[in-house]
Amino acid sequence: MSVTYLDAIRSAQEKALRDDPRVFIYGQDVGKFGGAFKATKNLAEKFPGRVVDSPISEDAMVGMAVGAAMEGMRPIVEMQFADFSTVGLNQMLNHAATTFWRTGKPCPMVLRLPSGGTPGSGPFHSQSMEAIYSHYPGIVVMTPATVEDAYTMLLEAIELPDPVVFCEHKLLYYHLKSEALPESAVPAFRARVVRTGRDITCVTYSAMVHEAVAAAEELAEEGYEVEVVDLRTVKPLDTDTVLASVARTGRLLAVGESWPWGGASAEVVARVASEGFELLDAPPKRLNAKDTPIPYHPNLWAAHRPTAVRIAAGLREVLRY
Amino acid sequence: MAIRVAGALESKPKKGVVDPIELLGRTILRARVLEDKLGNLYRAGRIVGGVYLGKGQEALSGAGGLALRKGDIFAPLIRDMAGRLGFGEPMVDALRAYLGSRLGPMKGRDGNIHRGDITRGILPMISHLGAMVSTVAGVLVAKRMKGEKGRVGLTCAGDGATSTGSFHEGLNLAAVEKLPLVVVVADNGYAYSTPRERQFACEDLVDRAKGYGVEGHGVDGTDPMACWKVLQHAVERAREGAGPQLVVGKLLRLCGHGEHDDGSYVEKKIKSSERGRDCLKVMEEGIKKRGQEKEWQGWREEAQREVEEAVAKVSAEPVPDPFEEDWRATQSDGMAEVMVAS
Repeated sequence: MSVTYLDAIRSAQEKALRDDPRVFIYGQDVGKFGGAFKATKNLAEKFPGRVVDSPISEDAMVGMAVGAAMEGMRPIVEMQFADFSTVGLNQMLNHAATTFWRTGKPCPMVLRLPSGGTPGSGPFHSQSMEAIYSHYPGIVVMTPATVEDAYTMLLEAIELPDPVVFCEHKLLYYHLKSEALPESAVPAFRARVVRTGRDITCVTYSAMVHEAVAAAEELAEEGYEVEVVDLRTVKPLDTDTVLASVARTGRLLAVGESWPWGGASAEVVARVASEGFELLDAPPKRLNAKDTPIPYHPNLWAAHRPTAVRIAAGLREVLRY
Repeated sequence: MAIRVAGALESKPKKGVVDPIELLGRTILRARVLEDKLGNLYRAGRIVGGVYLGKGQEALSGAGGLALRKGDIFAPLIRDMAGRLGFGEPMVDALRAYLGSRLGPMKGRDGNIHRGDITRGILPMISHLGAMVSTVAGVLVAKRMKGEKGRVGLTCAGDGATSTGSFHEGLNLAAVEKLPLVVVVADNGYAYSTPRERQFACEDLVDRAKGYGVEGHGVDGTDPMACWKVLQHAVERAREGAGPQLVVGKLLRLCGHGEHDDGSYVEKKIKSSERGRDCLKVMEEGIKKRGQEKEWQGWREEAQREVEEAVAKVSAEPVPDPFEEDWRATQSDGMAEVMVAS
């Protein structure tokens, strides 16, 4: 029996609902309908009154979770698409994220964001929001790339005393499969070396991990060994694992699916340049989507985002320096 | 749906019975005396940041705070000193926030009107208007899930806040969930400098209650005992399960937006209208008619003493120290990232 990335997210929520009476799920169509992507399928029936349909009110959905968290609950808010969470940004960035600092009292909640591009999704159903959330202090931002991480990290997110933005990639929902749910987890907030190599480090996260691994395989045929690092959590950023990898390889390409201005890949390059400058044999580079809204047509979309082909080209460029 | 209530200040106090006129009168006085002091401290350069006062709004605000019980939730806005005192916020908390004491509920990390104490049921507001409506709704949802019965949440807004999407989303959500939420709108004529005609086009904000499917109550916000009656009733309705209550008090802000603002844009015509009455003076006149002039003077002196003592106490308290601050915005392990650049 295989488990998809989406199954892992549903199973983690089911386990949390079963184990912890403080947990509840709030979101558009999450109840009987089971959510736009079916991440809450059958959960409303199994946990009556705890998987609740919300009005189309992203601001109030997050604000409601802030209040519930202050009152000791562990709300999970499902945004229908990460893109729509812009409407709830104020409550997340100015309210949830500032509560612990301002009051010393926790605001434990999870904001689940179905993120990233899929063919035909276009400008308003494709965004990756990790950069915006990471910029603000007071929030943990998780970007799982595997079925195992989707499961264990969501359970961690629910247990953490802080607000967590959980960026789950829609492209991985149905296609990414594993044999079974994991029984152990990579330590929280630690990056993971997905593939070891001695020639160059490719640091990335979420769906881009799979593109990076495919690029690494392509370069292996040319005789280069690419080390792929999956950040897993972009905030806090595991700088130690990144620097240790660059110390081994001397070269860096940071890849992110989101836009080029700022963001997680920019942060990785900035940290390596300032804290590990002498480890480098070549200028550190980064690769992101193009700086336009995300295109609708698959031909345009495929050229807009980083892909294995573009990552391979970027790796070669750094290797040639 | 909207009901309007006229107050009665003429009823006589009865021995052994809690006198609502005294309760509200003393709350209005304490708030006014404290806020007058804050204005003076501001002009003397003693305050860190801005000072936002609730002059003219004490009756509506105070009646809201007094209508709640221990265990209820109060989410004030910037002009709710009276509501806070009525609900039981210690006066020193206000001064600690304004004077920047480290011992205050926000420890100097946030100040003035943003103070709150979740453990006491006072939510610390954020500056973004309308945001507290859904937050109080969330607290009430949580209480319902935990099986805690009979709790009411009350939050305050101004006419300006009613223009936000956040206010609308929050009240709509609370109505859908039929929560015991009371939203008190102080329709005070101006949002900062913008008159109400530029803020909304309906005749009376209380008419919106019908659209939300909630009970609405309009009240003359300058009439203290009318405010008392309406807030008592609205909180009772919420407590007995009638769903959200929208209370709209018509009054005038009798000061600038903040103490930095002289409010010169407020029209003379409105100042001299019924709406421009000072609830404190209305209260005082009523008390005098009741034959309690001496008591009123005594309450005022008592409030003055309380304020002076609190100012003296807080002035001697330690201020925040950046070297003792842990500079952590989260509790999660490994989150204390030390940036090289910092």
